[in-house]
Amino acid sequence: MRKTNVLALAALGTVLTMGLAACGGTAGGGGNTSSGNNNSSTGGGDASAAKHNDAYTKVVNPSDAKGGTLKFALTDEPDSMDPGNTYYAWNWNFSRLYSRPLMTYTPKPGPEGLKLVPDLAEAPGEVSADGKTWTYKLKKGIKYDDGTEVKATDVKYAIARSNFTDELTDGPKYFAQYLDAGDYKGPYKDKNLDDFKGIETPDDYTVVFKLKAPFSEFDFLVANPQSAPVPQAKDTGVDYEKAVASTGPYKFESYEVGKQLNLVRNPNWDQATDTTRKQLPDRIEVQFKQNAEDIDNRLIAGQIHVDLGGTGLQPAGRAKVVSNPQLKDSTDNPFTPFNRYAMMSTKVAPFDNIDCRKAVQYAIDKTATQAPWGGPLGGDIGTTAMTPTTVGYKPFDLYPNGADHKGDLAKAKEALTACGHPDGFSTNVAVRGDRTKEVQVAEALQASLARVGIKLTIKKYPSGDWSAQYAGKPDFVHKNNLGIMIAGWGSDWPSGFGFLSQIVDGRAIKPSGNYNMMELNDPSINELLDKGIQTADAAQRNEIWAQVDQKVMESAAFTSFVYEKTLIFRPASLTDAYVHSAWGMYDYTWLGVKQ
Amino acid sequence: MVAFIVRRVIAAVLMLAVVSMATFAIFFLIPRALGQTPEGMASRYVGRDATPEAIQGAVKRLHLDDPLLVQYGRFAKGIVAGQDYSLGPKKAECPAPCFGFSFNNNQPVWPTLLDRLPATLSLAVGAAVLWLVAGVSIGVISALKRGTLLDRAAMTVALAGVSLPIYFTGLVSLAVFAYTLGIFPGGGSYTPITVNPIMWFQALVLPWISLAFLYAALYARLTRAGMLETMGEDYIRTARAKGLKERTVVTRHALRATLTPILTIFGLDLGLLLGGAVLTESTFSIQGIGKLVIDAIRGNDLPVVLGVTLFAAFFIVLANLIVDILYAVVDPRVRLS
Repeated sequence: MRKTNVLALAALGTVLTMGLAACGGTAGGGGNTSSGNNNSSTGGGDASAAKHNDAYTKVVNPSDAKGGTLKFALTDEPDSMDPGNTYYAWNWNFSRLYSRPLMTYTPKPGPEGLKLVPDLAEAPGEVSADGKTWTYKLKKGIKYDDGTEVKATDVKYAIARSNFTDELTDGPKYFAQYLDAGDYKGPYKDKNLDDFKGIETPDDYTVVFKLKAPFSEFDFLVANPQSAPVPQAKDTGVDYEKAVASTGPYKFESYEVGKQLNLVRNPNWDQATDTTRKQLPDRIEVQFKQNAEDIDNRLIAGQIHVDLGGTGLQPAGRAKVVSNPQLKDSTDNPFTPFNRYAMMSTKVAPFDNIDCRKAVQYAIDKTATQAPWGGPLGGDIGTTAMTPTTVGYKPFDLYPNGADHKGDLAKAKEALTACGHPDGFSTNVAVRGDRTKEVQVAEALQASLARVGIKLTIKKYPSGDWSAQYAGKPDFVHKNNLGIMIAGWGSDWPSGFGFLSQIVDGRAIKPSGNYNMMELNDPSINELLDKGIQTADAAQRNEIWAQVDQKVMESAAFTSFVYEKTLIFRPASLTDAYVHSAWGMYDYTWLGVKQ
Repeated sequence: MVAFIVRRVIAAVLMLAVVSMATFAIFFLIPRALGQTPEGMASRYVGRDATPEAIQGAVKRLHLDDPLLVQYGRFAKGIVAGQDYSLGPKKAECPAPCFGFSFNNNQPVWPTLLDRLPATLSLAVGAAVLWLVAGVSIGVISALKRGTLLDRAAMTVALAGVSLPIYFTGLVSLAVFAYTLGIFPGGGSYTPITVNPIMWFQALVLPWISLAFLYAALYARLTRAGMLETMGEDYIRTARAKGLKERTVVTRHALRATLTPILTIFGLDLGLLLGGAVLTESTFSIQGIGKLVIDAIRGNDLPVVLGVTLFAAFFIVLANLIVDILYAVVDPRVRLS
């Protein structure tokens, strides 16, 4: 009798549980969840005509249908949801859902996406004859979500708070670097905004930037989310991320820091003033700190729509979709803004001799150093400092190491003889020890250079202090004989200057936090960078960036392993999806969901 | 009994003070001793290409250049008296017990801990009930049916349960029951019981089972061993000789004695879990204490690590206290002493 009762209870519990499960949906989006479950066997939706990489060149599932809940998930949490205090690439894409900078990128797939268009501004900036004053006129009638109109002083205040305060430390400080603001202390210490001389606002709709020196890519700087307006009365400092005053198509409904963000339609957003965004879903939900493998499974099952970070599927998820043609058709393989490379220190022997550097260039088996990134799906083999999605990029290869990129050992040995080490030499390669892929690259490099007698010892350092204490500290590099450093770089804006200035300008070499780890200080490169940034004509400017790239590669101190790519998944329930070249991820301001 | 509890509470407070000092030393003193500079520490909490001024600003804001004793004193004072924190144009008040502010997201630690507690509590208590009932039941049945196929099968499953890590059983259960069969919701679907009790239950079934599977296996083996030992005792033979029913002998005499060590372990296990079921919460993306601390460790978020450590230590101390009191209920010998 007792046994029967226990079994009956267990059976009842199971039935009850299954029944409850069948009845329910996930919080806030039951309808979508159930449709996702039903579709799980077909890879997140009904069979779609879209093929692999389609969203890279065109809009997949184009639709203007409104409604539904768009669901994002992220393995991490943001540095801040405050547009003025974030440095994450995904957030520069995502924050445009609720904030509008002066300029933004053209909403089109392919190279067109790298062109700037006005957003909050009526037109691109008007530059003065001396190149040091940039003027933007604001569109009239743009409102915050509370219905008040955006004023020019709000743009001025936004830049003052994000660039001149000790509290908001997460974003870049380009405006502090380039604006002629004297010793301005920032709006938290100096409440009088008139004391901020770097920006003038002669009327409610005009913003005038005063620069220390000509800077012809200023339009790129104001495409940074830090130029999105902030009303001074609503600024709560680091807490502003909890209730951002929205100018975009969505506004904050709730934000639990590090857990969940919910956005709903902003009724005061006017499509007539905004040609770059859409407002398709009714609401947008973001879950932070989610398990990476589980995000992939939920994407494939159609339970969520986008992996917010845009860093692509994990190895297990990647293997799953690549082996299934139907699932693979739901993926795109875009370039990210990153180049993954090695820098050879020109101050550490024997790499102070260019021929020793050339020996490395020729001896590398680039298919072996490509493998840790995931092979061709993880990136194209690189031969330049600039990446293919950088404006001004021109393909060339100064050190052809065989048609198969496995190395030209004869040329490597010639170079070794020229550098006085015909039998090779020994040096150290520094790598971030907690980054598995980079360690594997170091091992592949070690194996390929050993073929010509170059013996590498791998030195692992923690990534947290990589730049401040180790590879980014020239003294440490010299003392520890770090000949090669394995690193990566993605630009803050997709131009040659945006990409190159921090990593190849000799004047950017710093005693700590240095990214020009090769310590390349070539006056001709420095002059070209200065000339380029002062050149108003975009075509001429881009030609100069290509020249800089050429000169950097001539130094032989820089060798690219891959122009990084990711494999991102788009469930069939996602509409209006295309990969935006500026971020290497879907344009989050366009996405919709099937009902 | 009151004096006993007061003594234990005083000892617990002293222990928490020692734990806080040890944790503080691990995260602040040792890095400093190994050459870490305040600027080096601060550079982790500013943007990618921070200027020296921004790093110095972070040093000042986080008081990283203060002597370590001053830093610890500020932390300890915050717990007792609270502290203020600059958000920029205004100050944030952090009333006692203030465990400081997260270096990474500037949120006060104590409210964050309280916010994460219900998820961990839901997970730990639900799983604990499951593993205690299932583990002890299987252990008792196995002991009574020693050597049978049932016993061997149960112990084999128990061995598997102990051997398989949560991130394996958890991901497999999600793949099968959430993403293939669609019976349960997937990861990240935890909903507070106050918001939607049905969703709360559904989202926790797989985490409960995954977590309980691990512990139930251990408890089944412990119970079986304890029961086998107890059933051979003289007083069991005496109880049978008195003509007591077998059920009474097993439940009133044998199981009661076996439960004493089980209860000790149960208290410790539950206390540990309340300090965060790290793997289960990470696997199922449940935003509990365990997920909070593992993320804090990854992000070098020292105030959060310190806060969770103290929080977890508190629960272990509390659980031990409760177990000691329950001892008296379960074991008459404790009551007499």
